[in-house]
Amino acid sequence: MKTTTFKVWQGNSDGGELKTYEIEVDQGYVVLDAIHRIQAEQANDLAVRWNCKAGKCGSCSAEVNGSPKLMCMTRVDELPADQPITVEPMRTFPIVKDLVTDVSWNYEVKASIKRFSPKTADHGDGSWDMDQYDVERPQEFRKCIECFLCQDVCHVLRDHQLHDRFAGPRHYVYVANMEMNPIDTGDRVAELREELGIGYCNITKCCTKVCPEGITITDNAIIPLKERVVDQSYDPLARLIKLVKGSGD
Amino acid sequence: MTQHQVVEYDVVVIGAGGAGLRAAIEAATKGASVGLICKSLLGKAHTVMAEGGVAAALANVDDRDSWKVHFADTMRGGHYLNAWRMAELHAQEAPERVRELEGWGALMDRTPDGLINQRNFGGHAYPRLAHVGDRTGLEMIRTLQDHGIHEGIDVHMEVTVSKLLMDGGRCAGALAYDRELGRFKAFRAKAVVMATGGIGRAFLVTSNSWEYTGDGHALAYHVGAELVDMEFVQFHPTGMVWPPSVRGILVTEGVRGEGGILKNSEGRRFMFEDIPPLYKESTADTPEEGWRYVVGDREARRPPELLTRDHVARKIVKEVQEGRGSPHGGAFLDIAWIKEHIKDSEDHIKKKLPSMYHQFKELAGIDITKEPMEVGPTTHYAMGGIRVDPDSQMSTTVPGLFAAGECAAGLHGANRLGGNSLSDLLVFGKRAGEYAAEFAAGNTPVHLQDEQIDLAVQEALSPLERDPGADVGPYRLQYELQHLMQDKAGIAREESGLAEALDELQELKTRAQAMGAGGSREYNPGWHTTLDLQSLLTVAEAVVMASQARKESRGAHSRLDYLDKDPEWGTVNLVLKKGHDGEMELRREVIPEIPEELQKIIEEQG
Ligand SMILES: Cc1cc2nc3c(=O)[nH]c(=O)nc-3n(C[C@H](O)[C@H](O)[C@H](O)COP(=O)(O)OP(=O)(O)OC[C@H]3O[C@@H](n4cnc5c(N)ncnc54)[C@H](O)[C@@H]3O)c2cc1C
Repeated sequence: MKTTTFKVWQGNSDGGELKTYEIEVDQGYVVLDAIHRIQAEQANDLAVRWNCKAGKCGSCSAEVNGSPKLMCMTRVDELPADQPITVEPMRTFPIVKDLVTDVSWNYEVKASIKRFSPKTADHGDGSWDMDQYDVERPQEFRKCIECFLCQDVCHVLRDHQLHDRFAGPRHYVYVANMEMNPIDTGDRVAELREELGIGYCNITKCCTKVCPEGITITDNAIIPLKERVVDQSYDPLARLIKLVKGSGD
Repeated sequence: MTQHQVVEYDVVVIGAGGAGLRAAIEAATKGASVGLICKSLLGKAHTVMAEGGVAAALANVDDRDSWKVHFADTMRGGHYLNAWRMAELHAQEAPERVRELEGWGALMDRTPDGLINQRNFGGHAYPRLAHVGDRTGLEMIRTLQDHGIHEGIDVHMEVTVSKLLMDGGRCAGALAYDRELGRFKAFRAKAVVMATGGIGRAFLVTSNSWEYTGDGHALAYHVGAELVDMEFVQFHPTGMVWPPSVRGILVTEGVRGEGGILKNSEGRRFMFEDIPPLYKESTADTPEEGWRYVVGDREARRPPELLTRDHVARKIVKEVQEGRGSPHGGAFLDIAWIKEHIKDSEDHIKKKLPSMYHQFKELAGIDITKEPMEVGPTTHYAMGGIRVDPDSQMSTTVPGLFAAGECAAGLHGANRLGGNSLSDLLVFGKRAGEYAAEFAAGNTPVHLQDEQIDLAVQEALSPLERDPGADVGPYRLQYELQHLMQDKAGIAREESGLAEALDELQELKTRAQAMGAGGSREYNPGWHTTLDLQSLLTVAEAVVMASQARKESRGAHSRLDYLDKDPEWGTVNLVLKKGHDGEMELRREVIPEIPEELQKIIEEQG
C-alpha cells in the first residue's frame, strides 16, 4: 500500500473546484477504486456514476489527468507517480454533480435516428442466413458500450458545442452498424448529411484514440458513411478521401 | 403533505435489464401505456455484463438438440426443484425469442452455413449458447434498448423505487426518487412488473454491480409477495482472485467451453477426480476425449470442467483448503494450453474470448494466450426470488404485481445452468409484459393513498435527517453485512454460523435504523446506500433463514453439517412471507407433481 494524492473535481452546475485527498492505494487499484475509497472514508456524498467495474457498461467515464478514460480500466500504477492524479467530469456535457454529467442529449439523438428495419426473413421460422464475414464489420460497431468518451473528446462538440446539428462519433458508429447490417433495408444517408451533420467531422481521429473498445471509429465507420453521403451529394472532404483512396465501399 | 409528482401508466416496469426491457416492449406492443424505471442509465443494467451466451435449443450446431433435451438439462441442473412448467415454457420458447432479436438488429456469431452459432456450456448436453464472442449480454441489452426506444415506452433513468404502493390487496404502483435531485415521483399503474435483477451485493466477493442489492425481492416481500428458493445462491466457480481490487470479477464459463482446463498447484487436472453420479455417464474419461468434445466430436463426452457450477466451485474450494491452491487462493484456469491442438491458438483465443483477453491484460497484467489465470468462486446469481405463476409471471399472492428475470424464481431450482438466465429474461420478460398488459386492460383503475405516499417519502428521507456520525456510516455497515454473509452464509454453511448470522443481522438492522447519511438530496451516493442497505438486510435474512431450514446439501446450497442430498428435501421448496407481526415466516411447500409426459422426457434423456 502506498499513499497517493488525488485531486477530484467537486461541485455542480454553479461551479466547483478540485479537492485534494490523500489515500492508501492497494495493489492493482484502478482509479474507480480510489474514488470509492475517498467516498467511503472521506466524502460519503461524492457523486460518481459506475456499474460493472469491468469495462463493460461504460458508466464511469471521466477525465483522468486530462484524458478521457473509463475509471474502472485505468490503473493507478500506470499513471505518473510523482504528481497528484486529477479526476474531472467529462467536459462536453453539462455537470450534474461532481463527476456526474448529464448525458441525456445522447439518448435524444439516438432516438431521432431512423430505426433498424429488416428485410423479410429467409426462413419460415423468422431467421436469416448471414455470413460470418458479412456480420463482422457491423459487429465491430456493436462493441460500443456507450461510454460517450468519443463524444467527450470530439472538438465539434467539446469546443464548438454544435450539439444541435452534429450527432457525434457515437451516433455515426450506431448508424454504420445499421447501414452495414446485411439484412437492414433502411437508408439514412440524407439524414446523415442533414440532421446528423456528418459533414462537420474533419476526421482528426481523436474519437478512435479514446475508444476503450478499440473501435476504429473514423476509418471503419465515419469515412465509409461520408463516402455514401458523397455519392448522393457533395461533401468536399469526403470527396477528397474518395479520390485518394480510390473507390468507396 | 409531501411534494411529489404523480405519473400514470397502464403498466410500470421496474428495471431495464433484459427482463424489464423485454417486458416493456411486449406490454407496449399489446397496446398498454408503459413507464420503464431504472436505477442507472438505460443500457447499463447488469445484463450488459453477460458474457458467454444465451441458451436456446436452435439445433444449429448439433441437430440432436431439441426443447426436450434443454428441458431435461435444466431440470437436472436444478436438482429437480425447478418449477417444471417454467422449465417447459422456457425450453420451448427460447429459440423463437432468440431469433426474433436478429429482426431487431442483433448480430450473433454464425455457423459456416450462415446460421446462429452455438457454443458448449456446463450442464448443456449439446452446443446450445447463441453468442457474440464473450459480449452476448451487451448485444442483447443494446438490441432491446434500440428497439424499445421506438415503441413508445417512457423511460425514467436514474430513478430508484423505494416502495411499492398498494390499493387494498392490489399492487397500484410505486414510489421512487430521482438520483439527480432527490425528487419523488409516485407512479400509478394497474400492473407493475418487477425486473430488478439479483442480490450479489449481499456478499463480499461478487461478480455483481452496485445495483444488485435485491431491491425487487425486498420491495415485493414487504407488500406481501412470497419469496422462494432463497437458500440457492450461485457461486460461480471462476471469478478473478488477483489483484485484490478485481477480486470477484467474472471469468466467463466460455473459457472452459472453448477448452480451458482447471489445474491445481501440482499441475493436476483435479476435475477428473470426483464426478457426481448424475453426470458419470456423460463425462469424458480422459483429457483426450474431453478435447474431442470441445472441437465438436459427437461421439465424445464433456470434459469435467463443464460440469455444473455448484460442483466445480466446491471442487476449487476443496483444492485450496487442502493446500493445493494457486498463490492467491484459487485454482489455475488454463486456455493457453490449447496451442498443443490449435495452430493459431493466440489469435483463436483473442477472437473467441476478446473481453477476457482484455480484462486480464488490463487489470491483472496477464496474457491469457500464454499464461494460466488464477480463479476462484464468486457470488454470481440468485436462483431464489419472487414466487410467480409459471404462465403469467404474476406474484402468487399480490394481484397486479408481476416479476421476471433474476428477481423472479422457479426456472432454475437449486442451480442455474449458464446461459439459462439470458433466455429466462427473454421468455419470461415477454410473458410478464403480455400478462401485465392484459391484466391492466381487464381491471379497474387503482387509487393511490396519500398517507401511504407520505409515509414512504418520510421513510426515504429519514437517513438525511439523522446524525451522520451516529454509526460507522452506510458504506462501512454495508461492508460488515457483506462480510457476515460471505463468512456465515456463503459457499459452505453450517448451523452454528447461520444461527449467529441471524442474530447479527438483527443487530445490523437496528443499527441501520439509527444510521444517518450526510449531504443533501442531490446525487448523494451515501444516502442511496442507506436505502439500498434496507433491501440488502431483508434479502440477507431470507437467504440465512432458508439456508438454516434446508438441512441437506443440494445444488448451490451446501451444508458442512449435512453433506449429502436428502431425498425428503428433494420435493420441497422453501417459501418465505412477511407475517402479520412483521416478522419473516418460512414454510415448506411440496412441489406439485410433474405431469407424466414431462417425467417421461426426463427419463428418456437419462
Ligand atoms: C459478469 C456476469 C456474466 C454473466 N454471463 C451470463 C451469460 O453468459 N449467460 C447468462 O444467461 N447469464 C449470465 N449472467 C447472468 C445474467 O446476466 C443476469 O442474471 C441477468 O442479466 C439479469 O437480468 P435482469 O433483467 O433480471 O436484471 P438486470 O439486467 O440486472 O437489470 C436490473 C434492472 O433493475 C433496475 N433496478 C434495480 N433496483 C431498482 C430500483 N429499486 N428501482 C428502479 N430500478 C431498479 C436496475 O437499474 C436495472 O435496470 C451473467 C452475470 C454476470 C454478473
